[in-house]
Amino acid sequence: MADVAPRLRDPSPAIALRDLHKSFGATSIIRGVTLDVACAERHAIIGPNGAGKSTLFNMISGCERPTSGSIRLLGDDVTGLAPHVIHRRGLARSFQVTNVFPRLSVFENVRCAVLWSCGYRYSCWRNVARLRDANDRAERVLEQIRLAPRRDVQAGVLTYAELRALEIGMTIAGGARVILLDEPTAGMSRAEAGAAVELIRAVSRDRTLVMVEHDMGVVFDLADRISVLVRGAILATDTPANIRANEAVRSAYLGGGHARRR
Amino acid sequence: MTEIVAVSLLNGIVYGLLLFMLTSGLTLIFSMMGVLNFAHASVFMLGAYLSFQLGRWIGFWPALVTAPILCGLIGAAIERYGLRYVHRSGHVAEILFTFGLAYVIEELVTMAWGRNAVANSVPPSIDFALFSLFGSSFPAYKGLMMVISVAMFAFLYVALRSTRIGLVIQAALTHPEMTSALGHDVPGVFVLVFALGSALAGLAGVIGGFMLLTQPTLAQAIGPIVFVVVVVGGLGSLAGAFIASMLIGVLQTFAVAIDYSLADVLRAGGVAVARGSLLYDFVSIKVSTVAPIVPYLLLVLTLVVRPRGLLGKRDV
Amino acid sequence: MSGRAIAGLGVRGRHWAFDWPMRHRGWLATFAALVLLPLVPGLNSDFGRSLLTQMAIAAVFALSYNVLFGQTGLLSFGHAVYFGIGGYAAIHLMRAVNHGLALPMPFVPLAGAIAGVAFGALFGALTTRRAGTIFALITLGIGELAYAAAFMLPNLFGGEEGVTASRTRAPEVLGIGLASQIAVYYVVAAWAFVAALSMRAFTATPVGRMCNAVRDNPQRAAFVGYDPRIVRLVACCVSGLFAGLAGGLHAINYEIVAADSLGALRSGGVLLMTCIGGAGHFAGPVLGAMVLTWLEASLSGYTSAWLLYLGLFFMVIVVFAPRGVAGLIAMHAPVVRTPAFARVLLAYVVAAAPAGVTMGGLVALIEMSYRVSTQPELGTKMRIAGIAVDAASSASWVGAVFVATAGFVAFRATWRVVAAAWTLAEEQSRAVKGTSSS
Repeated sequence: MADVAPRLRDPSPAIALRDLHKSFGATSIIRGVTLDVACAERHAIIGPNGAGKSTLFNMISGCERPTSGSIRLLGDDVTGLAPHVIHRRGLARSFQVTNVFPRLSVFENVRCAVLWSCGYRYSCWRNVARLRDANDRAERVLEQIRLAPRRDVQAGVLTYAELRALEIGMTIAGGARVILLDEPTAGMSRAEAGAAVELIRAVSRDRTLVMVEHDMGVVFDLADRISVLVRGAILATDTPANIRANEAVRSAYLGGGHARRR
Repeated sequence: MTEIVAVSLLNGIVYGLLLFMLTSGLTLIFSMMGVLNFAHASVFMLGAYLSFQLGRWIGFWPALVTAPILCGLIGAAIERYGLRYVHRSGHVAEILFTFGLAYVIEELVTMAWGRNAVANSVPPSIDFALFSLFGSSFPAYKGLMMVISVAMFAFLYVALRSTRIGLVIQAALTHPEMTSALGHDVPGVFVLVFALGSALAGLAGVIGGFMLLTQPTLAQAIGPIVFVVVVVGGLGSLAGAFIASMLIGVLQTFAVAIDYSLADVLRAGGVAVARGSLLYDFVSIKVSTVAPIVPYLLLVLTLVVRPRGLLGKRDV
Repeated sequence: MSGRAIAGLGVRGRHWAFDWPMRHRGWLATFAALVLLPLVPGLNSDFGRSLLTQMAIAAVFALSYNVLFGQTGLLSFGHAVYFGIGGYAAIHLMRAVNHGLALPMPFVPLAGAIAGVAFGALFGALTTRRAGTIFALITLGIGELAYAAAFMLPNLFGGEEGVTASRTRAPEVLGIGLASQIAVYYVVAAWAFVAALSMRAFTATPVGRMCNAVRDNPQRAAFVGYDPRIVRLVACCVSGLFAGLAGGLHAINYEIVAADSLGALRSGGVLLMTCIGGAGHFAGPVLGAMVLTWLEASLSGYTSAWLLYLGLFFMVIVVFAPRGVAGLIAMHAPVVRTPAFARVLLAYVVAAAPAGVTMGGLVALIEMSYRVSTQPELGTKMRIAGIAVDAASSASWVGAVFVATAGFVAFRATWRVVAAAWTLAEEQSRAVKGTSSS
């Protein structure tokens, strides 16, 4: 079920990719991607395996440096900046392989994710237990991702679905305006994926969301617009209905039996 | 002047090749198992001692073959009966295990052969001069060492890149369960790799034992330099280790030959520095005194200019 | 710390005057121990107090190491550099005080702390460009560099003999002087307590928590907005500060600082202390420091194989008890209150006997070998644990091998007993937990 058309507060795009290229040695992974993601839009990127979706995410979030081309985040050029700098500019991402702090408790994990945005930086004279705003914010996120009963458990022993929820929680905890989710429902059962979709819908209410997904049900459920990435280039960018009807997309991806249908 | 340059260059190359011989086994073990073997220099020392002892009993040439084999067996035992139980605890635990092992080997060597250096002298069969350069003779054992060193490089290069077992080992490093499921004996492969690396260290020790003093502190003296080679050359890179070894070997040997200090240069320019002051300490250090720390200065330079190392590819 | 567990038992309902001491009872107990130990019979000699002083200095040093290792995940092989530089800074300040500078001696270790944090920042900036294994190798190189530099700059480092000063030749300020060993102990203990408190507080600060985060997952730490390099740099500075402080305490205790204070042996020593004690618990390094200092003081006089025993002990801990002695103790926490715990203790006693016999045999072999190869001038007859052996006679060797083997076989047989006792204790503890949480 699609949302009502998103309110576009800011006409300029949240993310603007211009002619991005990425090669590893002689192998060209991303070949000229140009894309605009509007503010408060939910944008999905789909495509067959090996199309370069993770590489694209890595470039946007600062893990990789593009070979050429530019990336603008909320109007600022962030091409080639370090991940922590890009995060401070307002972008947060989750990972395909769960990426938390395994030896810290669930609560500590979320609290670490809010520390910078609360302004505590490299402070070595305050006690984290007494930081009211950070602790409250962390509690609220914990409630939102429904992990409050597990708050003192070491993150390393959580179940897979709980880890994915924690991953999403840590991504949104810092209050980033642009969120990148890399296959958030991968490996989940139908019920778990449904709960995850509701969570994503709730947390992305006033934020820009870009997600990579293989589950077409989730994609058509959540996305305002979809981009299809095939062999390093964007084949089409359009509303879900138009993408479904697009002949080129069908033959390249949807019709070819690559995607899971719900 | 040309004499000093030529002789120093030749000696520098010899020393660099010795360093490479020692580092190559370490690079092999690291590339293939991800284990930084702190006890590598200790096995080198064992090779020197074993060749000394075996040389006494059965002669040099048989010792040249058996000492490395013994070291390989010792390496196999270390992996099979010790390190194997530590892999599951992570890389840090592996380093700590080999760190403790280095202490233990040094003490065992003391226990067996005493605290003083043993008379590990060059056997007469290779103690003749191959040729003479500007009056200083170039002994045959150094030539032998050069041949062995280059042969090691070629052997490892091929083994790591192209042979089937090399590929299996590379697969086992990143996907041990999958490789095991495909029928390869991953723990056995690890034993083989560790044994091979140790055998190489032992072989280096046989020759190195003549060139350096064979005493219990040998591993402590040469170990850190080996690690500097690894950092400067780039972790996991065999060619990088080769270049770094040569660089350190040549630079250090040249430094030993320069008997001047900054104070001499200043004095030539008419500037005198007061004795007893801290600045005097600094500028009166002769380059030849600094020679032992040339590797560490190179380390700092590498860190500032190119932290990845010369040919480094992996970030650990 | 156990304070939290106590709080969980419902102390919140009690009067505040009782609450605060209960929550911090670990620290209060430590404070009391520090005050009272040098007066305890057995330790109230100069030797005993000197031992306690050494333990306190080692504890601060080991805790500072754990800021890097256990807290931030940085393995360093050159930590003694900060200790040594702090020591040299302090000893030079002491010399200045000897020559008339009006500063009370007890404040001299601060110079060590300042030097430590300065070089922590300098070397930290250099070394944090890489992490993990490369960081470890770089610290090794910098350690060697510093050690060599100590011999090349004799005016600053005193060369072979080191730099000396007097802790008593000071202007009388506030009547504080360090003439007796017990005065030195109390000054050192005071600094050590403050240092431990500070480092404990540091673990609860935002950057302290991010150190843990960077240890667990540096990539994720970057993605929550923190530059892992800066976090590691802060850890280096804090660690260097307290290591330098320990060096300063060393300076006022021994009145001499030489190149060995920044050498590889000391760097290795603090690593061993921290790992043996247990890097995962705050008190682990303190435990390790105390055990190792005591072992060194008592054993190194008796046997020249001391380093071999230490190395073997360390390897055993790495393989069989990676959480260290503190981890071993913590492992018993869930089963301490079960009735089967008595059986566990009994099983330990049963296992200890053959273990002791095995060790006796091994020790005999080792000691005899050492005597033959390193001290032949003392002859071959010696006493091990009161038993006379002769390294020259094959009977002694055969006997030692036999004792060691037989002991080991018996020891292996007792493992079943220990395992059975533990299984029972664990079942009981699970049952208790099951009923109490319902």
